[in-house]
Amino acid sequence: MDSLGLADSSNNFIYAAMVTLFIATVLFSISFAAGRRKEPQVQLESAKVLVESGGSKLQESLSEVTRLEPGHRAANIGMSLTWLSAAMLLVGVVLRGMWAGRVPWGNMYEFSITSALGILLVFLVWSTRRDLRWLGLFVTIPTLLTLGLAVTVLYTEAAQLVPALKSYWLVIHVFAAIIGGGAFTVGAATAGLSLISDKGWFKQLPSREKLEGLTHRIISFSFPIWTFAVVAGAIWAENAWGRYWGWDPKETWAFITWVVFAAYLHARSTAGWKHQKASVIVLVGWLSFLINYFGVNIFINSLHSYAGM
Amino acid sequence: MSAQLPPLSQRGFLRWLWRQLTSMKTALILLFLLALASIPGSILPQRGTNPILVEQWITDNPTLGPIFDSVGLFDVFGSPWYSAVYILLFISLIGCVLPRLGLHWKAMRRPPPSAPKNLSRFGGGEFEFAGEPEVIIAGACAILKKERWRTVVGHDTHGGHWVAAEKGYLRETGNLVFHFSLILILVGVAIGGLFGWRGNVIVREGEGFSNTLTQYDAWGGGKLSSADNLPEFSFTLESFNVEFERGNAQSGAPRLFEANMVVDQPGEPGSTTHLVEVNQPLVIDSAKVFLVGHGYAPKLIVRDSQGVVVLDDAVVFLPQDGNFTSTGVIKVPDADPQLGFRGLFLPTTAVDEIRGPHSTFPAPDDISIFFGAWAGDLGLDDGVPQSIYTLNVEGMTQLGIDPLRIGQTWKLPEGAGSIEFTGYERWASFQLAYDPGKELALIAAILAIAGLSMSLFVQRRRIWVKVGEVPGRISGSRVKVEVAGIAKASGHDATEQVDRLVELLKGKVL
Repeated sequence: MDSLGLADSSNNFIYAAMVTLFIATVLFSISFAAGRRKEPQVQLESAKVLVESGGSKLQESLSEVTRLEPGHRAANIGMSLTWLSAAMLLVGVVLRGMWAGRVPWGNMYEFSITSALGILLVFLVWSTRRDLRWLGLFVTIPTLLTLGLAVTVLYTEAAQLVPALKSYWLVIHVFAAIIGGGAFTVGAATAGLSLISDKGWFKQLPSREKLEGLTHRIISFSFPIWTFAVVAGAIWAENAWGRYWGWDPKETWAFITWVVFAAYLHARSTAGWKHQKASVIVLVGWLSFLINYFGVNIFINSLHSYAGM
Repeated sequence: MSAQLPPLSQRGFLRWLWRQLTSMKTALILLFLLALASIPGSILPQRGTNPILVEQWITDNPTLGPIFDSVGLFDVFGSPWYSAVYILLFISLIGCVLPRLGLHWKAMRRPPPSAPKNLSRFGGGEFEFAGEPEVIIAGACAILKKERWRTVVGHDTHGGHWVAAEKGYLRETGNLVFHFSLILILVGVAIGGLFGWRGNVIVREGEGFSNTLTQYDAWGGGKLSSADNLPEFSFTLESFNVEFERGNAQSGAPRLFEANMVVDQPGEPGSTTHLVEVNQPLVIDSAKVFLVGHGYAPKLIVRDSQGVVVLDDAVVFLPQDGNFTSTGVIKVPDADPQLGFRGLFLPTTAVDEIRGPHSTFPAPDDISIFFGAWAGDLGLDDGVPQSIYTLNVEGMTQLGIDPLRIGQTWKLPEGAGSIEFTGYERWASFQLAYDPGKELALIAAILAIAGLSMSLFVQRRRIWVKVGEVPGRISGSRVKVEVAGIAKASGHDATEQVDRLVELLKGKVL
């Protein structure tokens, strides 16, 4: 395939992934709308606790019950389409890299499509370990927004890397940042939901305590990865600019994000801060992650201004 | 109604203060303060990274500028209030972690606490096994030990046997390692700040640099750094290669810049050649030489009113934008009257009504210089140090403006002399840095990540196995075995571990 063919195929795969993800979002919405008629999950949860202490026979009939919930079919198809979308996105990102002849992380368009993939991968891998169909809607929406921004505002033709980016640390540092950021996004979704889980249609979601527990798990996973991304960035900065930390705006906001999520982990073991306040801290941390990603890249003059726009 | 508290003694007050400072809530608030205090450092220009922008900001905002300056908003990360926050945070951290170190040390050496009387409230389950209680307990104990649980065996007052096991001490170990590593990182940063130094120098092609303080354009070192005792070496910039993107996408973006250098070190026979690129610094002794920027230096010849050459040199011009529209200043104190020029160097010339003369591409495709000339007193004799990049035109009269191409000469009006543009050289700017604390900071950072991962992924769990003694039981008949477990962290349990133990126990005893 010639380079123009690669470019077209990459873009086509990204668009196809977006369409697929959009359909998945619609299906998740249908499932969510149907689920409002369902009894609040709390009862189901307590039933499950009973079952778990008993044995595994009942477990099967319980999952039977789960399967028959209103909207179950739409959610199942939505999950499958999300997998499909992630696969197409992966192909699109890989083709983009082949077109450019390097890792596809040279500008904000490429960061964004890979971040979208990162969010989906964190969600999908997690979903193999527990039932997360209820979360689908709240993960696919931010992913779609990211992709939408990428193909409209941020789109850049593939070009070579600027010399500052020519380093294997690009792969290590950016990969960690993308996975960490993807997990922060999923965590922000569960944290946000935990704040409204007792209102209206959201009553069908897992209980507030459950959502808070899930948030804690996902942030516990992403916080060390983010720490690693920051340290890897520091090592790279030492190699490129002669100092490992120089309070460049990007570094500063990465630090702020780190401090806020550190505060979250402390809040989880502080009396009076464990619940709503902790969830709000997660949202604040995610906001500072977004400021770091969009704000610093586009609006602030930073050594990290690689938007390519 | 307010409770009548006894007045606090001084000691009591200090103790109260210490407890407040080391409480988790204080740590939380200090973390928020740290995040909040960092924000202005990312929005306002900072002296450490961009002193010129800071001066510009203050000039543009005559009311706010000086106020912001006086409270340290242009040097946030070196300001007393920022230091106060992180120093308090670290005191709080030490106060919080030190006692936990002692507790953890004791907990590590203590056997797990004995099994609770009533296991049923911890979940788990009851199973029937054939065998002697002692054998079952011994079997469970062996399995748990093999799975690296810490165990203790005992029996209660009515003859029941139990084993209590605990695992996951690494969680707290990791937690402590993480927090101590943070202190270590701070120590590394402090060592770098005290003993390290950093300097910048611009070197033209063909020019040399030797590592002494006077050769630097800018140099900054810590309080304990050895400014008079810099490592001895010198280098020459043999050539400098640059390439820019010429395709449509990201046109003008740098694609390559590399400096060919010849390095001389005392005690080393002969010179060595090196290729220095971004991401590929040159390491000499303990210092590192980084390529950080580049630009153009037009070659100029200035003659005075008598036609005598008063300047013949390549003058460093500083790039102002991505297309290397560059500005520079030429001062000729030896002419009579003294001459001063402001120049605008354009590697690829374009002139339009809105932007005036500017460059449209960073490579030297269509070079020109726009000069403004002044005659009069340069003010160099006032004793006030002047930047070589600014021209003070107070007390000078403007002679005119003229664009020049390579090879052209501008004869100044009133017979004041002439300026000839003969060509250009490239220059590269280098940052030389020495940071003796960075290795420590790196090791500490790796320890911090390891500790952090342990403290988040290792779970502290307890497991109990209990065999009740039934009075009058026939030896060899089935006995009731209770197995239960808990996890210390909320949101976790020990179901998996209990199941696994039961499974293994069945295989062993049944």
